[in-house]
Amino acid sequence: MGQYTLDARNSLCPMPVIKTQNKIAELQVGDMLEVTCTDPGALNDIPAWCRINGHLVKKSYVSGDDVIIIIQVNA
Amino acid sequence: MSAQYKAIALISGGLDSLLAAKLMLEQGIHVEGINFYTGFCVEGHTHAIRKKDKAKPKRNNALWSAEQLGIKLHIIDIIDEYKDVLINPKHGYGANMNPCLDCKIFMVKKAKQWMQENDFDFIVSGEVIGQRPMSQRKELLPVVVRESGANDRLLRPLCAKNLAPTLPEREGWIDRDKLKNFSGRNRKPQMALAAEFGFEDYASPAGGCCFLTDKNYSDKLVDLWQARNRKEYDLDDIMLLKVGRHIRPQAHYKLIVSREDGENKFLNGYKKQFASIEIISHPGPLTLVDGELTDNDFIFASRIAARFSQGRDTDSVTVKIIRKNGEEQQFDIPPLPVSEIKQEWYI
Repeated sequence: MGQYTLDARNSLCPMPVIKTQNKIAELQVGDMLEVTCTDPGALNDIPAWCRINGHLVKKSYVSGDDVIIIIQVNA
Repeated sequence: MSAQYKAIALISGGLDSLLAAKLMLEQGIHVEGINFYTGFCVEGHTHAIRKKDKAKPKRNNALWSAEQLGIKLHIIDIIDEYKDVLINPKHGYGANMNPCLDCKIFMVKKAKQWMQENDFDFIVSGEVIGQRPMSQRKELLPVVVRESGANDRLLRPLCAKNLAPTLPEREGWIDRDKLKNFSGRNRKPQMALAAEFGFEDYASPAGGCCFLTDKNYSDKLVDLWQARNRKEYDLDDIMLLKVGRHIRPQAHYKLIVSREDGENKFLNGYKKQFASIEIISHPGPLTLVDGELTDNDFIFASRIAARFSQGRDTDSVTVKIIRKNGEEQQFDIPPLPVSEIKQEWYI
């Protein structure tokens, strides 16, 4: 099980979602991905994308100007 | 046991595509959604930047639709490929820079490619005859079918009964009798069907989904091409057209002046790519400068930027300019009086 990060800062939705989708396509089931964004819309959109595609959001929070979402790859 | 057929549904985030996909699910079809991101999609962008839009829901409506339907959604970045559609539209533009018919053909063509690569059987689109002036006129729907190459694997469930039967109908994969015969701009049938399915919180039926249908945005895009003397753009260019006041005092440079904190923050991310002007003696906007400026140009541009600061009525404000090479300079200048800012400079 690997730990990965994705910097999706300074891009506006849906680009953080697309970047997350493309990154997860390269990962294995059980891998963890930490995505950092600056678009607050990502706080809704990435979890929504994860729900419909079967991935698990372990944690999401705001830190300063950043939105951080930690995802476990499930499908 | 009969085979389960698979459809890829074009999901824009609007009501029609939601209903078209739902009609297929109701017939036992396996449906997955596809959504194309051109860079001009209205979804979320300005909501994410401007404070006045903070109260609006920040959801992506295509994702929301997919979640309501319980289907997967594939969001495809077509920013680079889309340039040729916008720059050289075979069927021309609509009222503004919107190449709606070419856009539809391109998206159906991409959906067809996805269908073939993923072993799906047909494509579903929420088009309704006569609903939109350019891409959904009755005589143009066959053009989309033909030029996309989707042919009779393109099904429009909301108006299918007004059209010739497609392959999924002829082969009995779906029941044509359960499809609809909607036409025209009246939205009541769609709203009634939404109520029947229990959809309440769908995106505004009249809402446009593309910045290219907006006159102000289109004017800025045309200005960008004219200033560069060629039709080209990258993602940053088209993002920046959505933000700030765009002012072109002279042909060789343009100012992008932020209107509020959110835009300041957004433009701040571009300071390495552009020269910039900051007002440091008073609260004020961050201004990006697009073009090659002389020292005198910088002074004049700074006076314009100062007019939008809280020091606008003072005799002098202190500005800091940062050139593209990173060189910084500070000086005091008098803000340009409002009366000297020409209306035609605003793009």
